Amino acid sequence: MDALAKPALLTKEEKAAAKPRLLAHPTAKTGLMSWLTTVDHKRIGFLYGFFALCFFLVGGFEALLIRTQLMVPNNNVLTAQQYNTMFTMHGTTMIFLAIMPMSAAFFNFIMPLQIGARDVAFPRLNAFSLWTFVAGAIILNIGWFLPTATHGAPDGGWFGYAPLTSRNFIPKHSIDYWVMGLQLLGVASIAASLNFIVTIINLRAPGMTMMRLPVFTWMTLVTSFLIVLSFPAITIALVELMMDRQFGTNFFEVSNGGMPILWQHLFWVFGHPEVYILILPAMGVISEILPTFSRKPLFGYPIVVFSGACIGFLGFGVWSHHMFTTGMGTVATAAFAMATMAIAVPTGVKIFNWIGTIWGGHIQLRTPMMFALGFVWMFMIGGLSGVMHSAAPADAQQQDSYFVIAHFHYVLIGGSLFALLAGIHYWFPLMFGRKVSEFWGKLSFWVIFVGFNVTFFPMHFLGLNGMPRRTFTYDSNMGWNTANFVSTMGAYVLGIGVFIYFAVMVYTYLKGERVGGDVWDGRTLEWSLPNPVPEYNYRVIPTVHARDAWWYEKHHQEEIKKEQSEHAKAEEAHGGIHMPFQSIWPLVTSLGVLIGAIGISALDSNPAPGIHIKLATTLIGGAVMFLGVYFWSLEGNEGYHIHLDENGNVVEGEHDHH
Amino acid sequence: MSTAAAATIDHHHDPSTSTGIPNKKLLMWAFLASDCMFFGALISTHLIYRLHPPAGGLEPKQVFAPELTSFSTFILLMSSLMMALAVTAIQKGNVKSCRWSLLTTIFFGMIFLGCQVFEFTEFVEAKNMTISNSLLGSTFFTLTGTHGCHVAIGVLWLSLMYVRSFKPAVGNPWAKSWLSHNLLHAGTLVAALLLSLKVVISLVFTLKEAPTFGEGFSYFLSHEFVFIALALIAYGGLVWFARPRGAVQFDETNAIDVESMGLYWHFVDIVWIVIFTAVYLLEYI
Repeated sequence: MDALAKPALLTKEEKAAAKPRLLAHPTAKTGLMSWLTTVDHKRIGFLYGFFALCFFLVGGFEALLIRTQLMVPNNNVLTAQQYNTMFTMHGTTMIFLAIMPMSAAFFNFIMPLQIGARDVAFPRLNAFSLWTFVAGAIILNIGWFLPTATHGAPDGGWFGYAPLTSRNFIPKHSIDYWVMGLQLLGVASIAASLNFIVTIINLRAPGMTMMRLPVFTWMTLVTSFLIVLSFPAITIALVELMMDRQFGTNFFEVSNGGMPILWQHLFWVFGHPEVYILILPAMGVISEILPTFSRKPLFGYPIVVFSGACIGFLGFGVWSHHMFTTGMGTVATAAFAMATMAIAVPTGVKIFNWIGTIWGGHIQLRTPMMFALGFVWMFMIGGLSGVMHSAAPADAQQQDSYFVIAHFHYVLIGGSLFALLAGIHYWFPLMFGRKVSEFWGKLSFWVIFVGFNVTFFPMHFLGLNGMPRRTFTYDSNMGWNTANFVSTMGAYVLGIGVFIYFAVMVYTYLKGERVGGDVWDGRTLEWSLPNPVPEYNYRVIPTVHARDAWWYEKHHQEEIKKEQSEHAKAEEAHGGIHMPFQSIWPLVTSLGVLIGAIGISALDSNPAPGIHIKLATTLIGGAVMFLGVYFWSLEGNEGYHIHLDENGNVVEGEHDHH
Repeated sequence: MSTAAAATIDHHHDPSTSTGIPNKKLLMWAFLASDCMFFGALISTHLIYRLHPPAGGLEPKQVFAPELTSFSTFILLMSSLMMALAVTAIQKGNVKSCRWSLLTTIFFGMIFLGCQVFEFTEFVEAKNMTISNSLLGSTFFTLTGTHGCHVAIGVLWLSLMYVRSFKPAVGNPWAKSWLSHNLLHAGTLVAALLLSLKVVISLVFTLKEAPTFGEGFSYFLSHEFVFIALALIAYGGLVWFARPRGAVQFDETNAIDVESMGLYWHFVDIVWIVIFTAVYLLEYI
């Protein structure tokens, strides 16, 4: 990706580093090593996006297999066992390996630019998050390539209810992959979120007060807090399940007093904030796109921000609405039903604010705007069926039926995915300096939109007519034939739409129309940057004067120019632009994590000498991880300084010691 | 860089950040919030299962030995005091005092870990509570074991920080070989800690089982001779590594690193206070 590669000048002293060879800083700016050692938030964001899109296609393929199996009654394209694997991996992949990393890609690429920062607070920790995410993805998918009888891909459902996932019922390694895979993804997500929290709170440009933060950045902050506070619950649930499976503990062993309901509580204490982790970034993207293409500021900015934070808080108090049918008792059921209804209020407030934003605007129906409007409409349908679930008696009927499937695909595809697809179109010119053709962009939107609705709208009726989720086939006399057939046809159309979307993206990346910096006449700071965005982002750290910072700059050019040249001199007097060194150690640390996780999940303790090999692999992994962290800290957070002329060309680089 | 400038460092305000809070400190606070949730989930699991104990399960009062645990709790609290002294020392640029406080913190941390090793062994061998034979064993060992891992990571971190404090300053003739010194020093320190743990635990168990003190002690000396010798060599190595070698690159600017580590250490202590109350003391009400 030549757009992001920029040679930096290193002085002679720096090349002849006066430090041990082992701790010499990698300096490659192009080629494989430059990607493996990168600490640049833009490159890391790009890699997150790349992996997310690959896994999105994998998860989509699994979905098409599921729909093909359900197209006609008594079908046998998949066996029941294969079907279990497909729905488990479809859900897990889409949530943890597609939507979350896609959001992380935007957090990484866009958020530091929006707050006027030159990188995240801990660039190497950011690289560690990326590579640990990749390690988790490998562990989660490794079972596909191993014998199905003893290994196989995870097949216990995306919420892995214990004791179904205990050794008694699934003795093979598939669940171990699921446990360790999610554990690693949790570590990656928490590390990344800690980084984003510190970055947003501490690295804002002068004048960028909290109430001037772009809404996308606000939602990054709220999402990061949700991740940091909710992932521990699933981590502990997974630890307990792992202990049960590996060491014979009794957390979910009913015969020794363990209680399956504990898993459900721990899982959903994580699981419900997780759905807001998936939707809040999407809401942030929408809050950026709607004002830009309505040619108006966001309507009710403080209310939108407050509603987002409010959703985050309430999100921790509604988890048991996933468990209405477990017999929690009247008081608990009523309390969680009330809390769930309450969360519809801030969500509804946001919808009205978005409508208020486009109301009376000078609307430009460009492709990102189409997806954004599609989001508002489709998300609202999903939200309305969500409110239906909050009524516990109604939920008792809908529980585990296709009605629930319809609901969460409306909020996850019609919501999260539409917004992320909108975001890709919106920020593509900033990332790659090229713009997707309007015709092909809109065509892909309409095909996706039609395919999506044809697939999932009939599922509401299927669910209310009693079709349970997670059954691999059905009899022809149930009255489900037509709706299932229509739904599968819709899925194919959706598949074609997604194919068009990505084919167009690849084409545009290679040969699309070249555009300059501020292609949409944007309002937020990322659009003030030249294209391609330099490695150091801002030649001069911007001073923020208004909520729509770049809009203000565009309308006060004289004043800003004067201010910037003064600040440029001041920064130069302070030693120029500080850049962090690249580092291999985050990758080494993640590699250790990967080896250790393979030791825990893939190897058998019996027969002999299994336990020794298992233990050795795990300990070697731990040792590599430890060495990675150790050298990471010995290497120190040094950096180098670069000096720029007025056109942003690098005139001189110099080494510094911190 | 260890001489001038340092006098003006304000340890409570970092002008390079938007809020004035140093990035590392903010990171640690956010991480601790997350860690609270980890322990919250584990402690809840234990308490829920204590409220719904299986029929015929183990009775905690017949397993626990609150005297020993009270002692190790006190030791851990004292280690927090030493940690606080280490932070204050380095904020004032007093490297020597900081090192001694770090070593004492490590020492107290190791006593706590030793007590835990002793306690676990007793529970398994004398009280017949294992991680898999009872629900109480599962929740107890997982919870206190997770906490023990936190303490162990803390001790390792303290040890590496102690070794780090010997990094020679730029211009010091030792600067060229600092990496190999650092690795050897760290290896020696970790070896010394592990050997001490091994020797002390073995001494305690030998004395406990021997009919008289003298017999037990001579048995211990003869059977653990190799480990005792290795431990002594390791301690000798530590003294050798700690000899004065000129200016070091460890001063007030590193205070934030020690302080972040201190936040972690205090947090792990506070969690232990909660565990001690919820898991042990609550049983005696």
